[in-house]
Amino acid sequence: MSRQAGRGTESKKMNSELFTLTYGALVTQLCKDYENDEDVNKQLDKMGYNIGVRLIEDFLARSNVGRCHDFRETADVISKIAFKMYLGITPSITNWSPGGDEFSLILENNPLVDFVELPDNHSSLIYSNLLCGVLRGALEMVQMAVDVKFVQDTLKGDSVTEIRMKFIRRIEDNLPAGEE
Amino acid sequence: VGHAVLAINGAEVNGRLTADGKDVLEFLSNPANYPVSIRFGRHRLSSNEKLMLASMFHSLFAIGSQLSPEVGSSGIEMLETDTFKLHCFQTLTGIKFVVLADPRQAGIDSLLHKIYEIYSDFALKNPFYSLEMPIRCELFDQNLKLALEVAEKAGPFGPGS
Repeated sequence: MSRQAGRGTESKKMNSELFTLTYGALVTQLCKDYENDEDVNKQLDKMGYNIGVRLIEDFLARSNVGRCHDFRETADVISKIAFKMYLGITPSITNWSPGGDEFSLILENNPLVDFVELPDNHSSLIYSNLLCGVLRGALEMVQMAVDVKFVQDTLKGDSVTEIRMKFIRRIEDNLPAGEE
Repeated sequence: VGHAVLAINGAEVNGRLTADGKDVLEFLSNPANYPVSIRFGRHRLSSNEKLMLASMFHSLFAIGSQLSPEVGSSGIEMLETDTFKLHCFQTLTGIKFVVLADPRQAGIDSLLHKIYEIYSDFALKNPFYSLEMPIRCELFDQNLKLALEVAEKAGPFGPGS
Protein backbone atom coordinates (compact mmCIF):
# COMPACT_ATOMS: atom_id res chain seq x y z
CA MET A 1 0.00 0.00 0.00
CA SER A 2 2.92 2.32 0.59
CA ARG A 3 3.66 2.18 -3.13
CA GLN A 4 0.24 3.56 -4.00
CA ALA A 5 0.33 6.18 -1.29
CA GLY A 6 3.82 7.36 -2.15
CA ARG A 7 3.22 7.61 -5.90
CA GLY A 8 2.53 10.78 -7.79
CA THR A 9 5.57 12.52 -9.12
CA GLU A 10 7.81 10.99 -6.46
CA SER A 11 10.05 8.16 -7.53
CA LYS A 12 11.49 5.23 -5.70
CA LYS A 13 15.09 5.92 -4.80
CA MET A 14 17.53 3.68 -6.59
CA ASN A 15 21.27 3.43 -6.37
CA SER A 16 22.59 5.47 -9.30
CA GLU A 17 25.79 3.43 -9.38
CA LEU A 18 23.74 0.36 -10.19
CA PHE A 19 22.08 2.32 -12.98
CA THR A 20 25.42 3.48 -14.40
CA LEU A 21 26.83 -0.03 -14.20
CA THR A 22 23.74 -1.55 -15.81
CA TYR A 23 23.83 0.87 -18.72
CA GLY A 24 27.56 0.37 -19.10
CA ALA A 25 27.18 -3.41 -19.16
CA LEU A 26 24.52 -3.03 -21.83
CA VAL A 27 26.72 -0.88 -24.06
CA THR A 28 29.84 -3.01 -23.69
CA GLN A 29 27.89 -6.18 -24.43
CA LEU A 30 26.48 -4.55 -27.56
CA CYS A 31 30.02 -3.57 -28.58
CA LYS A 32 31.13 -7.19 -28.21
CA ASP A 33 28.10 -8.47 -30.12
CA TYR A 34 28.22 -6.01 -33.01
CA GLU A 35 31.92 -5.18 -33.29
CA ASN A 36 31.35 -1.87 -35.05
CA ASP A 37 30.25 1.43 -33.53
CA GLU A 38 27.63 2.32 -36.14
CA ASP A 39 25.67 -0.87 -35.48
CA VAL A 40 25.88 -0.35 -31.74
CA ASN A 41 24.55 3.19 -32.18
CA LYS A 42 21.64 1.84 -34.21
CA GLN A 43 20.84 -0.81 -31.60
CA LEU A 44 20.94 1.72 -28.80
CA ASP A 45 18.55 3.92 -30.75
CA LYS A 46 16.22 0.97 -31.37
CA MET A 47 16.23 -0.05 -27.73
CA GLY A 48 15.66 3.51 -26.69
CA TYR A 49 12.72 3.70 -29.08
CA ASN A 50 11.13 0.63 -27.49
CA ILE A 51 11.59 2.17 -24.09
CA GLY A 52 10.17 5.51 -25.24
CA VAL A 53 6.91 4.11 -26.60
CA ARG A 54 6.19 2.57 -23.20
CA LEU A 55 7.68 5.29 -21.01
CA ILE A 56 5.40 7.94 -22.51
CA GLU A 57 2.33 6.32 -20.92
CA ASP A 58 3.99 6.22 -17.52
CA PHE A 59 4.96 9.86 -17.99
CA LEU A 60 1.45 10.93 -19.01
CA ALA A 61 -0.22 8.88 -16.29
CA ARG A 62 1.94 10.32 -13.56
CA SER A 63 2.63 13.87 -14.64
CA ASN A 64 -0.88 14.78 -15.81
CA VAL A 65 0.43 17.19 -18.43
CA GLY A 66 -2.02 18.04 -21.19
CA ARG A 67 -1.26 18.24 -24.89
CA CYS A 68 1.41 20.77 -25.81
CA HIS A 69 0.30 23.50 -28.20
CA ASP A 70 3.64 24.08 -29.84
CA PHE A 71 7.18 22.80 -29.97
CA ARG A 72 8.35 25.32 -27.37
CA GLU A 73 5.92 23.90 -24.83
CA THR A 74 7.13 20.44 -25.75
CA ALA A 75 10.73 21.50 -25.10
CA ASP A 76 9.78 22.87 -21.69
CA VAL A 77 7.90 19.75 -20.69
CA ILE A 78 10.78 17.53 -21.82
CA SER A 79 13.46 19.40 -19.93
CA LYS A 80 11.62 20.54 -16.82
CA ILE A 81 9.30 17.60 -16.17
CA ALA A 82 10.42 14.52 -18.07
CA PHE A 83 14.18 14.74 -17.59
CA LYS A 84 13.62 15.73 -13.96
CA MET A 85 11.29 12.80 -13.38
CA TYR A 86 13.43 10.12 -14.94
CA LEU A 87 17.04 11.24 -14.67
CA GLY A 88 16.86 13.84 -11.93
CA ILE A 89 18.42 16.53 -14.13
CA THR A 90 17.02 19.64 -15.80
CA PRO A 91 18.84 20.33 -19.06
CA SER A 92 18.72 23.90 -20.34
CA ILE A 93 17.05 24.75 -23.63
CA THR A 94 19.02 26.87 -26.09
CA ASN A 95 19.78 27.51 -29.75
CA TRP A 96 16.28 27.79 -31.07
CA SER A 97 16.17 27.83 -34.84
CA PRO A 98 14.47 30.88 -36.40
CA GLY A 99 11.50 28.76 -37.43
CA GLY A 100 11.02 27.43 -33.90
CA ASP A 101 11.33 23.85 -35.07
CA GLU A 102 14.76 22.98 -33.67
CA PHE A 103 16.36 23.41 -30.28
CA SER A 104 19.17 22.06 -28.16
CA LEU A 105 19.14 20.46 -24.75
CA ILE A 106 22.32 21.17 -22.83
CA LEU A 107 23.12 18.59 -20.18
CA GLU A 108 25.65 19.74 -17.61
CA ASN A 109 25.92 16.24 -16.28
CA ASN A 110 24.65 12.99 -17.72
CA PRO A 111 23.92 10.24 -15.18
CA LEU A 112 24.48 7.59 -17.85
CA VAL A 113 28.16 8.48 -18.19
CA ASP A 114 29.31 8.84 -14.59
CA PHE A 115 32.82 7.36 -14.40
CA VAL A 116 32.85 6.51 -18.14
CA GLU A 117 35.75 7.20 -20.51
CA LEU A 118 35.55 6.40 -24.20
CA PRO A 119 38.60 4.47 -25.45
CA ASP A 120 40.22 5.46 -28.78
CA ASN A 121 38.95 2.42 -30.64
CA HIS A 122 35.34 3.50 -30.02
CA SER A 123 35.60 7.06 -31.22
CA SER A 124 32.38 6.97 -33.24
CA LEU A 125 30.33 5.32 -30.51
CA ILE A 126 27.47 7.49 -29.31
CA TYR A 127 27.46 6.13 -25.79
CA SER A 128 24.16 7.66 -24.65
CA ASN A 129 22.33 7.10 -27.90
CA LEU A 130 19.62 5.27 -25.98
CA LEU A 131 18.35 8.68 -24.90
CA CYS A 132 17.78 9.74 -28.50
CA GLY A 133 15.68 6.67 -29.15
CA VAL A 134 13.66 7.23 -25.98
CA LEU A 135 12.83 10.80 -26.94
CA ARG A 136 11.98 9.82 -30.50
CA GLY A 137 9.75 6.89 -29.44
CA ALA A 138 7.95 8.84 -26.75
CA LEU A 139 7.17 11.80 -29.00
CA GLU A 140 6.02 9.55 -31.81
CA MET A 141 3.29 8.19 -29.51
CA VAL A 142 1.97 11.71 -29.08
CA GLN A 143 1.90 12.22 -32.84
CA MET A 144 5.18 14.12 -33.25
CA ALA A 145 7.88 12.93 -35.64
CA VAL A 146 11.22 14.26 -34.46
CA ASP A 147 14.87 13.82 -35.22
CA VAL A 148 17.11 13.59 -32.15
CA LYS A 149 20.88 13.46 -32.13
CA PHE A 150 23.91 14.25 -30.04
CA VAL A 151 25.94 17.16 -31.33
CA GLN A 152 28.32 17.51 -28.39
CA ASP A 153 29.44 14.87 -25.93
CA THR A 154 31.58 15.29 -22.81
CA LEU A 155 32.84 11.77 -23.46
CA LYS A 156 34.42 13.04 -26.66
CA GLY A 157 36.09 16.00 -25.03
CA ASP A 158 33.36 18.63 -25.45
CA SER A 159 32.60 20.87 -22.51
CA VAL A 160 28.93 19.97 -22.37
CA THR A 161 26.64 17.31 -23.75
CA GLU A 162 24.25 18.75 -26.31
CA ILE A 163 21.24 16.97 -27.80
CA ARG A 164 19.68 18.58 -30.85
CA MET A 165 15.95 18.01 -31.36
CA LYS A 166 14.25 18.83 -34.64
CA PHE A 167 10.54 18.75 -35.29
CA ILE A 168 9.86 17.01 -38.59
CA ARG A 169 6.10 16.75 -38.85
CA ARG A 170 2.90 16.00 -37.08
CA ILE A 171 1.86 12.38 -37.49
CA GLU A 172 -1.62 12.70 -38.91
CA ASP A 173 -2.55 9.05 -39.43
CA ASN A 174 -4.23 7.50 -36.42
CA LEU A 175 -4.80 10.80 -34.68
CA PRO A 176 -6.83 10.21 -31.53
CA ALA A 177 -10.38 11.39 -32.17
CA GLY A 178 -11.01 14.92 -31.03
CA GLU A 179 -7.58 16.31 -31.93
CA GLU A 180 -7.84 18.62 -34.87
CA VAL B 1 -34.01 -16.28 -24.28
CA GLY B 2 -30.38 -15.21 -24.44
CA HIS B 3 -29.84 -16.76 -21.01
CA ALA B 4 -27.63 -19.71 -20.27
CA VAL B 5 -26.72 -21.92 -17.35
CA LEU B 6 -23.91 -20.23 -15.49
CA ALA B 7 -23.49 -22.47 -12.46
CA ILE B 8 -24.83 -25.65 -10.89
CA ASN B 9 -24.77 -26.09 -7.13
CA GLY B 10 -22.40 -23.16 -6.86
CA ALA B 11 -19.74 -24.49 -9.20
CA GLU B 12 -19.28 -22.60 -12.48
CA VAL B 13 -20.24 -24.38 -15.68
CA ASN B 14 -17.75 -24.63 -18.52
CA GLY B 15 -19.65 -24.78 -21.81
CA ARG B 16 -21.57 -28.03 -21.78
CA LEU B 17 -19.61 -29.58 -18.93
CA THR B 18 -19.95 -29.10 -15.21
CA ALA B 19 -16.96 -28.11 -13.09
CA ASP B 20 -16.00 -31.78 -12.65
CA GLY B 21 -16.33 -32.64 -16.31
CA LYS B 22 -19.77 -34.19 -16.52
CA ASP B 23 -22.19 -33.27 -19.28
CA VAL B 24 -24.67 -30.68 -17.99
CA LEU B 25 -27.85 -32.03 -19.56
CA GLU B 26 -27.01 -35.56 -18.40
CA PHE B 27 -26.42 -34.36 -14.88
CA LEU B 28 -29.70 -32.45 -14.80
CA SER B 29 -31.75 -35.35 -16.18
CA ASN B 30 -30.55 -37.76 -13.47
CA PRO B 31 -33.02 -37.56 -10.52
CA ALA B 32 -30.33 -38.93 -8.21
CA ASN B 33 -28.61 -35.55 -8.41
CA TYR B 34 -31.69 -33.61 -7.19
CA PRO B 35 -32.20 -31.21 -5.44
CA VAL B 36 -29.97 -29.09 -7.60
CA SER B 37 -29.59 -25.32 -7.67
CA ILE B 38 -29.03 -23.76 -11.07
CA ARG B 39 -27.87 -20.21 -11.74
CA PHE B 40 -29.03 -18.69 -15.02
CA GLY B 41 -27.82 -15.49 -16.50
CA ARG B 42 -26.49 -13.72 -19.56
CA HIS B 43 -23.43 -15.21 -21.18
CA ARG B 44 -20.23 -13.39 -20.37
CA LEU B 45 -18.80 -11.93 -23.57
CA SER B 46 -16.04 -13.93 -25.22
CA SER B 47 -12.72 -12.26 -25.99
CA ASN B 48 -13.61 -12.07 -29.66
CA GLU B 49 -16.96 -10.48 -28.95
CA LYS B 50 -15.24 -7.98 -26.70
CA LEU B 51 -12.75 -7.12 -29.45
CA MET B 52 -15.55 -6.60 -31.95
CA LEU B 53 -17.58 -4.41 -29.65
CA ALA B 54 -14.51 -2.42 -28.67
CA SER B 55 -13.57 -1.70 -32.26
CA MET B 56 -17.16 -0.65 -32.96
CA PHE B 57 -16.97 1.68 -30.00
CA HIS B 58 -13.66 3.05 -31.29
CA SER B 59 -15.47 4.18 -34.46
CA LEU B 60 -18.44 5.58 -32.56
CA PHE B 61 -16.06 7.49 -30.33
CA ALA B 62 -14.60 9.17 -33.40
CA ILE B 63 -18.04 9.87 -34.86
CA GLY B 64 -18.91 11.59 -31.60
CA SER B 65 -16.18 14.15 -32.09
CA GLN B 66 -17.04 14.65 -35.76
CA LEU B 67 -20.74 15.21 -35.08
CA SER B 68 -20.08 17.99 -32.67
CA PRO B 69 -21.06 21.47 -33.86
CA GLU B 70 -18.08 22.80 -31.88
CA VAL B 71 -14.54 22.58 -33.22
CA GLY B 72 -12.10 20.29 -31.43
CA SER B 73 -14.68 18.38 -29.46
CA SER B 74 -13.64 15.25 -27.64
CA GLY B 75 -15.06 11.85 -28.52
CA ILE B 76 -17.74 10.05 -26.53
CA GLU B 77 -16.89 10.38 -22.83
CA MET B 78 -20.04 8.88 -21.40
CA LEU B 79 -22.85 6.75 -22.68
CA GLU B 80 -25.88 6.34 -20.45
CA THR B 81 -28.58 3.69 -20.53
CA ASP B 82 -31.14 2.78 -17.89
CA THR B 83 -29.10 -0.18 -16.66
CA PHE B 84 -25.51 1.03 -16.93
CA LYS B 85 -23.20 3.93 -17.72
CA LEU B 86 -20.24 3.57 -20.02
CA HIS B 87 -17.30 5.88 -19.24
CA CYS B 88 -14.45 6.37 -21.70
CA PHE B 89 -11.11 8.06 -21.14
CA GLN B 90 -8.76 8.63 -24.07
CA THR B 91 -5.08 9.28 -23.40
CA LEU B 92 -2.92 11.65 -25.44
CA THR B 93 -1.50 8.57 -27.13
CA GLY B 94 -4.93 7.45 -28.34
CA ILE B 95 -5.46 4.56 -25.94
CA LYS B 96 -9.00 4.35 -24.63
CA PHE B 97 -10.00 3.00 -21.24
CA VAL B 98 -13.66 2.01 -21.03
CA VAL B 99 -15.50 1.30 -17.79
CA LEU B 100 -19.05 -0.03 -17.58
CA ALA B 101 -20.62 0.81 -14.26
CA ASP B 102 -23.83 1.16 -12.34
CA PRO B 103 -25.47 4.48 -13.28
CA ARG B 104 -25.25 5.65 -9.67
CA GLN B 105 -21.59 4.79 -9.21
CA ALA B 106 -19.37 7.81 -8.59
CA GLY B 107 -15.60 8.16 -8.70
CA ILE B 108 -15.24 6.67 -12.17
CA ASP B 109 -12.96 9.45 -13.40
CA SER B 110 -10.39 8.70 -10.74
CA LEU B 111 -10.87 4.98 -11.38
CA LEU B 112 -10.11 5.49 -15.07
CA HIS B 113 -6.99 7.40 -14.13
CA LYS B 114 -5.93 4.68 -11.69
CA ILE B 115 -6.40 2.09 -14.42
CA TYR B 116 -4.13 4.15 -16.68
CA GLU B 117 -1.45 3.97 -13.98
CA ILE B 118 -1.96 0.23 -13.51
CA TYR B 119 -1.66 -0.27 -17.29
CA SER B 120 1.51 1.80 -17.48
CA ASP B 121 2.98 -0.18 -14.58
CA PHE B 122 1.98 -3.81 -14.89
CA ALA B 123 1.40 -4.12 -18.61
CA LEU B 124 3.90 -1.71 -20.17
CA LYS B 125 6.72 -2.32 -17.72
CA ASN B 126 6.42 -6.05 -18.23
CA PRO B 127 8.97 -6.59 -21.02
CA PHE B 128 7.18 -9.74 -22.14
CA TYR B 129 3.94 -7.93 -22.86
CA SER B 130 3.75 -6.86 -26.53
CA LEU B 131 2.01 -3.60 -27.28
CA GLU B 132 -1.50 -3.79 -28.75
CA MET B 133 -1.99 -7.43 -27.73
CA PRO B 134 -4.53 -8.59 -25.15
CA ILE B 135 -3.11 -8.16 -21.68
CA ARG B 136 -2.54 -11.51 -20.01
CA CYS B 137 -0.43 -10.35 -17.09
CA GLU B 138 -1.34 -11.67 -13.66
CA LEU B 139 -0.07 -8.66 -11.76
CA PHE B 140 -2.14 -6.43 -14.02
CA ASP B 141 -5.28 -8.49 -13.30
CA GLN B 142 -4.60 -8.54 -9.56
CA ASN B 143 -4.03 -4.82 -9.26
CA LEU B 144 -6.96 -4.05 -11.53
CA LYS B 145 -9.21 -6.18 -9.33
CA LEU B 146 -7.99 -4.33 -6.24
CA ALA B 147 -8.69 -0.95 -7.81
CA LEU B 148 -12.18 -2.06 -8.84
CA GLU B 149 -12.90 -3.29 -5.32
CA VAL B 150 -11.82 0.04 -3.86
CA ALA B 151 -14.00 1.95 -6.31
CA GLU B 152 -16.99 -0.30 -5.70
CA LYS B 153 -16.78 0.01 -1.94
CA ALA B 154 -16.77 3.76 -2.32
CA GLY B 155 -20.39 3.57 -3.38
CA PRO B 156 -22.50 6.33 -4.89
CA PHE B 157 -20.62 9.16 -3.25
CA GLY B 158 -17.10 8.44 -4.39
CA PRO B 159 -14.04 7.29 -2.41
CA GLY B 160 -13.71 8.62 1.10
CA SER B 161 -17.44 8.61 1.76
